[in-house]
Amino acid sequence: MEDSPSLHLKTYILILFMVLFAPLGNVLLSKGMKEVGSANNWELGDLLHILFSVLSSGYIWMGITCLLAFFVAYMLVLTWADYSYVQPASSFSYAVVATLSYFLLGETVPPLRWAGILVICVGVFIVGHTHPRTTEKA
Amino acid sequence: MLEFFFLFMIIVAGTGGELCVSRAMKVVGEVHDFRPAALARFVLRAMRVGWMWIGISLMTLAFFSLLAMLSIENVSFVVPVTALSYAAGAIGAMLFLHERISRQRWLGVLVVCVGVTLVWLSRR
Repeated sequence: MEDSPSLHLKTYILILFMVLFAPLGNVLLSKGMKEVGSANNWELGDLLHILFSVLSSGYIWMGITCLLAFFVAYMLVLTWADYSYVQPASSFSYAVVATLSYFLLGETVPPLRWAGILVICVGVFIVGHTHPRTTEKA
Repeated sequence: MLEFFFLFMIIVAGTGGELCVSRAMKVVGEVHDFRPAALARFVLRAMRVGWMWIGISLMTLAFFSLLAMLSIENVSFVVPVTALSYAAGAIGAMLFLHERISRQRWLGVLVVCVGVTLVWLSRR
């Protein structure tokens, strides 16, 4: 990765976008699905009704838009930054999703779950610090 | 029980989808030109690879399973638990794409699994 202040700034901004948009997208999908509700008997009519509700939910479309924004930011940052740099940085999104769910959805996040999320972040960090290419180049 | 099914679908179909897309990308080849017209040609070339369509279908299935899971469980539980896809990804990449997985990557996957177990235990 070329080293220059503007490139660093661009990378930090896009990683910030990724760490915010993916959790926000998931939180909005959750909000939408809590409104739609789960199927009662999993029959075709019930599923079609749920599918219609999903496709007409504003929260679901906002969630999909946020996930698309995340995907675009992810693809853009990968065009100049190393995967092994981006992936560990994006592991913070697990902590962000729990924080957003607490503040925006009023979910209770028990201490054990926070501990688990912290351990997952460490695990993703270790995975991300391995070499991105595991096969010989043809 | 339904939660297990949806979680299984999110992880297996999601990871399977990513592996198929990865395989399609290896067929298409590395991207060197990032100009919009070149990227559009790249996408069109990718769309002609069968693995791409299998990958997209599996990822769609995983997305609807995620929606179903979010209708019954909290998002602060669902999203961290889907980190199990790191384990599925490592196993799938080894078996399906014949990639060599380093010891450090297996260690990371093990730590992720410990974290997911803690999150699972926090479920009331």
